[in-house]
Amino acid sequence: MSETVKHSGKTSPEQITYANMLFYGCWTGLAIMVVTYTLYVTGIITPHIPLQKVPLLWSEPVGTYLELGVVPRGWGWTALIAQGDFLNFIGIVLLASMTLISYIPLVPAYLKRGEKGFALMAVAEILVLAFAASGIVGGGAH
Amino acid sequence: MKMDRLSLPAKIALFVLFGVLLFAVAAFASGNEAVSGAVANAGAEVAQSAAHLGAETGVAWWVWPTVLLFFCFILGIIAVLAGVGGGVLYVPLVSGFFPFHLDFVRGAGLMVALAGALAAGPGLLKRNFASLRLALPVALIASSCAIVGAFLGMALPTNVVQLCLGGTIMFIAILLLVSKNTAHPVVTKQDALSMALGMDGAYNDPATGELVQWKTHRTLPGLLLFIIIGLMAGMFGLGAGWANVPVLNLLMGAPLKVAVGTSKFLLSITDTSAAWVYLNKGCVIPLMAIPSIIGLMLGSFVGVRLLAKAKPTFIRYMVIGVLLFSGGKALLKGLGI
Repeated sequence: MSETVKHSGKTSPEQITYANMLFYGCWTGLAIMVVTYTLYVTGIITPHIPLQKVPLLWSEPVGTYLELGVVPRGWGWTALIAQGDFLNFIGIVLLASMTLISYIPLVPAYLKRGEKGFALMAVAEILVLAFAASGIVGGGAH
Repeated sequence: MKMDRLSLPAKIALFVLFGVLLFAVAAFASGNEAVSGAVANAGAEVAQSAAHLGAETGVAWWVWPTVLLFFCFILGIIAVLAGVGGGVLYVPLVSGFFPFHLDFVRGAGLMVALAGALAAGPGLLKRNFASLRLALPVALIASSCAIVGAFLGMALPTNVVQLCLGGTIMFIAILLLVSKNTAHPVVTKQDALSMALGMDGAYNDPATGELVQWKTHRTLPGLLLFIIIGLMAGMFGLGAGWANVPVLNLLMGAPLKVAVGTSKFLLSITDTSAAWVYLNKGCVIPLMAIPSIIGLMLGSFVGVRLLAKAKPTFIRYMVIGVLLFSGGKALLKGLGI
């Protein structure tokens, strides 16, 4: 980053881009959540686990919930996306994906300025988040 | 803000996002055979399986989500007034006073902390109160460790996690009581690592109208502490603003506004990695997670408006009291008392 940009108090262009992407993604995610949750609790879309059965499961450990609720692990929920409860995961996943997505433009931005170290850090962060999101590390529960 | 202001890489990234969503829809449409098989009889199976747990709880299904929505609304107000993140109050209080298992409380707690951080991020970044250059190295360490922490939290027995959670919450309460953050710490010499990483910058302070220049020192010990912070954030689903701010401000010498802003922004990265682990393990139940997120977000908006009229000292001591109480409750629960 050039000295003039760094010390003038002016926000760097990549920071502005990151902020804009976060802004759109976050509020879209929250809006989707409100809509899907309304569809879910009003019963307009039938849930996978009947609403009156959820209170029996949420006080149990996650392993019991998955087993008795016949809930798939990892990305298996995509197969249940048409069910009222799992429809809510669209908004949740969008929120959880926003950081990874917002990091992508940082790589070319830093490379363009010759800041290979920061570009590498951005790539490493993308890989860490993608690894967490992949579900490779999501198996098993007590 | 207009769409045409987004740069080409940003547009590409948004395109990738739509690709991911399309993939999700395609995965649904094509149908994973194994999962689809399970889904076919799921309704009957779920009903049958749930019968093993006994009769209905006697409380209508909508009661707890409704209570949670209002509870989180109040929590959102208090969190803003006390200057703490939502997760640090949410996890001990909800696990202590609601019927949800700790696994789901931690999953929802991370989503709550994540949503709050994502909502605050754009404003902080644009005003330079959050520094991307300060956050990037720190976030890489903390988010990697948050994944390990999430695993530890899921692998350990619930009573051990409760015990550790209780101890941590009581430690946070004491930290809030004794720590005295400095608005503008004196950094006489920027260390070599900080210089190499470009951990310096400037922001316009609206309160004074001055341009505040800043730089960091003691960078290596600061970065090392984020290993522990990441582990704890992942393990307890707390968010970690309570730890980020003192490390960035008191140890590394970032001005308080930059420390608070960067900390809030950091949560959006650290909590993302841990949130994915909890999501993939099935620890997010929409019926309770979404009212928590919405309630806390609405409460935060109201809290920001009340901030000018509130007496922060009283709120601060009240939160310390609540943390000591809920930390003690978690400790007792962990001990089976």
